[in-house]
Order: sequence, then structure tokens, then C-alpha cells
Amino acid sequence: MPPELNIVSKIKTLLFIVCLIPAIWLTIAVLTNQLGANPIEAVTRETGLWALRFLWLTLLITPLRWLTGWNDLVRYRRLLGLYVFFYAVLHMLLYLGLDQFFDINEIIKDIIKRPFITIGFFSFTALIPLVITSNNAMVKRMGGRRWKQLHRLTYFIAIASSIHFYMLVKLDKQEPLIYMGLLIILLAPRVYRYAKSTAIKH
Amino acid sequence: MLFKKTRLGELPASEVTDYSVYLNRRQFLNGAAIAATGSLLPISLASAASVPEPTYKGLIKSAYSTDDSSTPFESVTTYNNFYEFGTDKGSPALMATKFPDKSKPWRVRIDGECDKPGEYDYDDLIRPFTLEERIYRLRCVEGWSMVIPWVGFPLADLIKRAQPNSRAKFVEFTTLFDPEQMPGQNRNVLDWPYTEGLRMDEAMNPLTLLSVGLYGQELLGQNGAPIRLVVPWKYGFKSIKSIVRIRFVESLPQSAWMKAGPNEYGFYSNVNPDVDHPRWSQSRERRIGEFLKRKTEIFNGYGEEVAHMYTGMDLRKYF
Repeated sequence: MPPELNIVSKIKTLLFIVCLIPAIWLTIAVLTNQLGANPIEAVTRETGLWALRFLWLTLLITPLRWLTGWNDLVRYRRLLGLYVFFYAVLHMLLYLGLDQFFDINEIIKDIIKRPFITIGFFSFTALIPLVITSNNAMVKRMGGRRWKQLHRLTYFIAIASSIHFYMLVKLDKQEPLIYMGLLIILLAPRVYRYAKSTAIKH
Repeated sequence: MLFKKTRLGELPASEVTDYSVYLNRRQFLNGAAIAATGSLLPISLASAASVPEPTYKGLIKSAYSTDDSSTPFESVTTYNNFYEFGTDKGSPALMATKFPDKSKPWRVRIDGECDKPGEYDYDDLIRPFTLEERIYRLRCVEGWSMVIPWVGFPLADLIKRAQPNSRAKFVEFTTLFDPEQMPGQNRNVLDWPYTEGLRMDEAMNPLTLLSVGLYGQELLGQNGAPIRLVVPWKYGFKSIKSIVRIRFVESLPQSAWMKAGPNEYGFYSNVNPDVDHPRWSQSRERRIGEFLKRKTEIFNGYGEEVAHMYTGMDLRKYF
């Protein structure tokens, strides 16, 4: 293995472990009764937040590459993306299992009736094709262009999940607004580049 | 966010003792809760052993009390919605440790449409009344519930003394406004001061309580010290905390939550599993300390005592 790849794989291993820390910490917190009077609500909220945080991190890779010229960063994006799915699955399972107790009728009613659940549900569903097409073989089979097009779903997921967060908060919207603000900062350079590139073409 | 910063170093020396005593108490309670369950299961129910010695003794046990087992003291005093001390459920317990400031007298004004208005120091206000223990269910609009052994007296007793006149159709309650003591009031999340209201018959209902304590203790800051309302058949936010004014009025008072979300929070806000909050269902609730959810009952299970006040009313319209 060339030394350069060796370093990448070492960083990947480290990153893999670091990204697990929130899950490990939440597990310990639940087992030792550190999450307060309503631990189920707390874990549900925290897993959702971590999915959101990792999603924001995946969106940070590209602008950071542009800013620093460190193109190798992109090698770590898939790992971060899979962790978005990991925390989103936990979040979803907690909702399905410990909020609705797998009552299919209630869940369907909830998805139809509650806009924030509807949005969250679609946001989660949109992650699935991205996970399925995340390995190298799929990238090859689809071709880079089509793969890229499909993975633009990430933007939809990010916007949808920040709306999901905004809508579920009872009154104090400060925290979801911070996430929305960060998302705008993450998307702005892309919009700027896109606008510039289309301007040149015309 | 889940790790609370204690910021011990920022406290003036005079206040440190207070806080460490508080922390010790919490550590003791946590330890007691874990020891009591004898397991590390997430849904451990702290036993009654973690309740401090009662300071109110020989209280009358009310016939209105529920048989449901009480939510652990630790949960009742650390999981609170009291936006005057921050919008996190954990922040009131951390921010209200010295509330109310004992050096300032707590005064309550009773005025409006009544023949005997007045302004009273806390001690003078409650002196005429016989305190009793009432164990009530409390259902939060967010979908969780507790069972709390309150100490208090019927609001009706106080109203009778104030002698409201014939124009008094509603009672309006106001929480203290003092951003120095209540740092949450520095942010405009609600239109401060917090206000709430009841129709006169609701205020006179024997279930409606003015509470000065829980678990045999004086109320802690986070629970609405020194005096708060408890209206067990309505969502928790109607049970206004840290009251400084009780006013008899002719027209329906606007509450802080009605102003914040008129289509989400109505004047009545009776617990009702069939009338959803616009954003979430109200059909079930998670009783704090329990794993499974339970069905929410109309009027929080107090229909026998209160349903008659709403006969003929469209509870969807008057939510």
C-alpha cells in the first residue's frame, strides 16, 4: 500500500471511531440514568440532532475543499454520510418503536396528519437510495454523472430535515434557526459557483 | 447540551455554599435513585426514599387525591417547563436555585372587580387558609404527564374572601416580572409577564388549587415558588407559577400562550384526547418514569368534577 493511502485509511479508522462516540455516550447515559426524567424523549431528540450534525458535516466537505485545496477530504465524505444514515435509523427506530410502539395504523395516520412527521419521513426515505448507491461498484455502474445527480438529493434531505426540526420545536426556535443559518452558509458557495459557471456559459 | 455546565467558578464566593449544597443533594438523589432500583435499567423509578423530610406536617389528606403512584421527587423537581428560567426542561432546576430572593418580600396583589382588594405579603396571604395535601395528575400539552402530591388550599377559599362583584366573570393571574431573578425573561420567547386566566366557575371549582408546596416541602423555584396555581384537568401551562397578581375581570383574559400561538393554545386548554394540538396528537401520553404510553383521558380523568361546566360547549371550537 502506498504510504499516502495508508494515512488515509488510518484517518478513516480514526474517524469511524470518533463518529461512534455520540452513540456510545448516549448508550452509557441511558444505562446510567443520566438523561433526566424523560430519557426516551431525550435519546430520540439527540439521535435526530446527531443525524443533522453529520449531514451538515458531509455538506462541509466540498466548500472546505474549495477553500483549502485539500481535495483528499472527499475521501472521508462517504463515511460521514453513512453515519448520517446510522443516526437517522436510530432516530427513526426510536420514533417507530418507543413513540408509536410499531402500531402501523397510528404511524400511517401520524405521517399523513402531522406535517413535521411527513417531512421527516420523506427526508429519511430519501437517504435510502443514497446509502444503496454509496459503494464504489454502484458509482461505477451508474456512471459519475448520474451518481452525482442522484446524490444531489442530499440538498433536499438537508432542507427537509431542518424544516422538520423547526416545526417540531414548540416555541423557542433558536436552535433550529442556528442549524438553518449554518445550512445557508454551507449552500451559499455552491449557489455562487453554479451562478458563476452558468454566467460564463452564456 | 446534555452535560450541564455548572460554572462554579463564576459564582461570587457568598453564593458558592448554596450551590454546592444543591449539587450534593442532586448527587445524593442520583445515587439513591440508582441504588433504589438496584439495576441500570433506563426506566428506573426512584423510590420515595429520595424525598427530603417534609416541612409541612399533619396535612389533611384530600379526598380528591388520585391513587396513582406519585412521580419521583427527583423528576418533579428537575423536569420543568418554566420559560422564565430557560426553555430547556433541565434549566429551571439549575437557574432557579436561589429563587425567590428571600431578601425581597413576596407580595401578591388581589384587585379588579371585587369588594375586598388588597396587597398581601406571602405569609399574610396564606395565613387564613388550611393547607392540605392533594395528589393530582398533571398532563403537559407536550404529551407527558406526572402525578404530584401538592400542598395547597382551594382557590375558591381565597376568592370568597376577596368578594368578587357581579362584573367579575373571569380571573386573571400574573407571574412575577423580574429579569434579574428570572433570566429567561431577557429573551422574548413569550410576551412577559406570563399571564393565565380562568372562567369564574372554573376558578371556584373545588379542584382548583393554589399550591405552596409539593411532597410536603415548600415549593422550589423551578416548581413555581412561592405560590402557584394547579388546575388538574387543564394542560400544565394553565397552572401558572410564581403568582404576584390575581385580578377579577369582566372580559376573557388573553394568556401568554394564546398570544404566542392563538391557533395552538386556547383559553380553555382542557385536556382532551380527541382534540389534537395542530402539530401533534393528544390521544396518548408518556407518564414520566413509565416505558409504555398510556391513553389520555378527557379532562385528565377529572370529568366527574368538571365536565358539567362545559355541557353544550363545542370543545373543538373552545379548545
